[in-house]
Amino acid sequence: MRRGRSFWGSFWLLLGVLYFTVPLLATAEFSLRAGPGRYTFSSYLTILEDPQFRASFQLSLGLALETIVLTLALLVPTAYWVHLRLPRLRPVVDFLSILPFVVPPIVLVVGLLAVYRGAPEFFIGTPQVLVAGYVILTMPYVYRSLDVGLRAVDIRTLTEAAQSLGANWRQVLLWVILPNIRAAVLSGGLLTLTIVMGEFTMANVMLFYTFPVYMNYIGETHATPAAALTLISFTITWAAMLGILFLERQLGGRQVQIGGAR
Amino acid sequence: MAYLEIVGIRKTFGEVVALDEVTLSIERGEFFTLLGPSGCGKTTLLRIVAGFETPDRGSVQLEGEEITEVPPNRRNMGMVFQAYSLFPNMTAEENVEFGLRVRGWPAAERARRVAELFDLIGLSAARKRYPFQLSGGEQQRVALARALAIEPKVLLLDEPLSALDAKIRVQLREEIRAIQKRLGITTLYVTHDQEEAMAISDRVAVLSHGRIEQIGPPAEIYENPLTPFVASFVGTMNRLEGTVQDGREGLVNYRGIQLRVNAARGRDPGTRVFVFIRPEVVEVRLVGEGDGLKGRIFSQSFMGPVTRLRIALDQGGELIADIPSARAKALTMGMEVIATFPPDAAGILNI
Ligand SMILES: Nc1ncnc2c1ncn2[C@@H]1O[C@H](COP(=O)(O)OP(=O)(O)O)[C@@H](O)[C@H]1O
Ligand SMILES: [Mg+2]
Repeated sequence: MRRGRSFWGSFWLLLGVLYFTVPLLATAEFSLRAGPGRYTFSSYLTILEDPQFRASFQLSLGLALETIVLTLALLVPTAYWVHLRLPRLRPVVDFLSILPFVVPPIVLVVGLLAVYRGAPEFFIGTPQVLVAGYVILTMPYVYRSLDVGLRAVDIRTLTEAAQSLGANWRQVLLWVILPNIRAAVLSGGLLTLTIVMGEFTMANVMLFYTFPVYMNYIGETHATPAAALTLISFTITWAAMLGILFLERQLGGRQVQIGGAR
Repeated sequence: MAYLEIVGIRKTFGEVVALDEVTLSIERGEFFTLLGPSGCGKTTLLRIVAGFETPDRGSVQLEGEEITEVPPNRRNMGMVFQAYSLFPNMTAEENVEFGLRVRGWPAAERARRVAELFDLIGLSAARKRYPFQLSGGEQQRVALARALAIEPKVLLLDEPLSALDAKIRVQLREEIRAIQKRLGITTLYVTHDQEEAMAISDRVAVLSHGRIEQIGPPAEIYENPLTPFVASFVGTMNRLEGTVQDGREGLVNYRGIQLRVNAARGRDPGTRVFVFIRPEVVEVRLVGEGDGLKGRIFSQSFMGPVTRLRIALDQGGELIADIPSARAKALTMGMEVIATFPPDAAGILNI
């Protein structure tokens, strides 16, 4: 009985692991192939030495960071205010925050273009116009993440405690609320990063050469380097995630250590 | 004019009238308690004083200055909440320091003041701990130190002990009172626990349904309740409904039995009244030893120094009597007894 259960447990675990690793290994094998039975790193070099790789990657990373800053600056105070003062509006705001899911990116682009038609040329010409779209696109994820974070702490009591001690709104937000929803803010930021690093439709339609557009171009034109690029971007994403996890450990570790010294 | 004046406060939430014409004056250095059952408006009144709610009508004045519209962060009032109000991301020390940081105190002065406060609450060893590493009682002490750090004009406490277990509760309330006396800080304390209110307050205001029923020192409220609500809420009270029979002699008729109640003197015969009798003044004797309210003991519970008897009266109704436990040994369940009380120990209120 016990044996049987542990057998099936292992079986499903193995199946799960295979489901994720087989495509990765296959991609890796393909990216290294240089002919029947011969392997080389040359396609990786091709990608890493391609100036367009660096340019598009930097562009997308920059846009992602701008999106993160803007989204958090907009949503942290909003989500906080809704929790604190408009708890009865929470279902409504929840619904509003998922609206971008319903609107396909292509519609969003057309809408944005219509809005921008009257905007000054220098603004339309910069890739920063994409940030406006990305903020909308990532809003549901970030809002949800913040919502969960805010639910986990007694926002009202902490706010009032800080206020009675003389804190103004800025101090309440920066010294009390933000540190207590740090994990939610970080995960919201990470989600934004991965979404922006992978968003193709808007950038393509608006004719900006971002990382996903570059990936798409490589994918259509160079088969082996495309596989290499896939693995590179995969590695970057994982590095970002591990980085965040590590950061969390470091920040949280301080408390654990003091707990041990008790 | 008193130090803190609360004048004609009315506050409604939709249909609910949380406070109705509440007026109070609190003297400098006084320990003043708002006492009442859950939902009577205590927290709402405290929050109005703290500035978290704005009253529909009425005003709050501190040292003669109108503060009704002053935002909470400029009122300089320290507040201690029911529970979980410490900032989880900060150590105990950083929590206490918070108000001083907000005020821009230099680090050295902050450190000195924080050390003083931890000394005061007797928790110096726990300064570096995070809230989740402190017990409930320790958390509340740190919360008290944090509120005191800013040298508040008024200390506000909203049921600060209600989440703790009984033993810590009693110990901590004595500590709060001792600290309050030592610092001479004006304190507004909220509780639903009448024993707690009686034990630590200079004066108590009893609230019911958003209205003040009575204000006075604990002993006065206990011995001389002015309304039926106060009589039944504060302590345990027997209430017998009767009719004044003789206003000169002070006789009240309770279902055919004559009760001698000095407080009934001067009332018109025929007036319907409640007679209030504390359990501790009731005397219980065996049947045959004089006149009184006759009945049968139907419950007996040992409470340490006294034993509480419940007596089912022959006329209907029941009477609670607390008698010294040594004497209670002779009285057992089901026994027929006579209950009496001294004529000057009962209170009376018109119905
Ligand atoms: N923010 C609010 N919204 C609606 N009703 C409220 C609010 N705050 C308090 N009340 C109502 O006002 C009354 C008094 O509440 P409260 O002051 O919290 O009582 P207490 O602290 O004595 O238990 C209650 O009926 C409560 O339901
Ligand atoms: Mg309350």
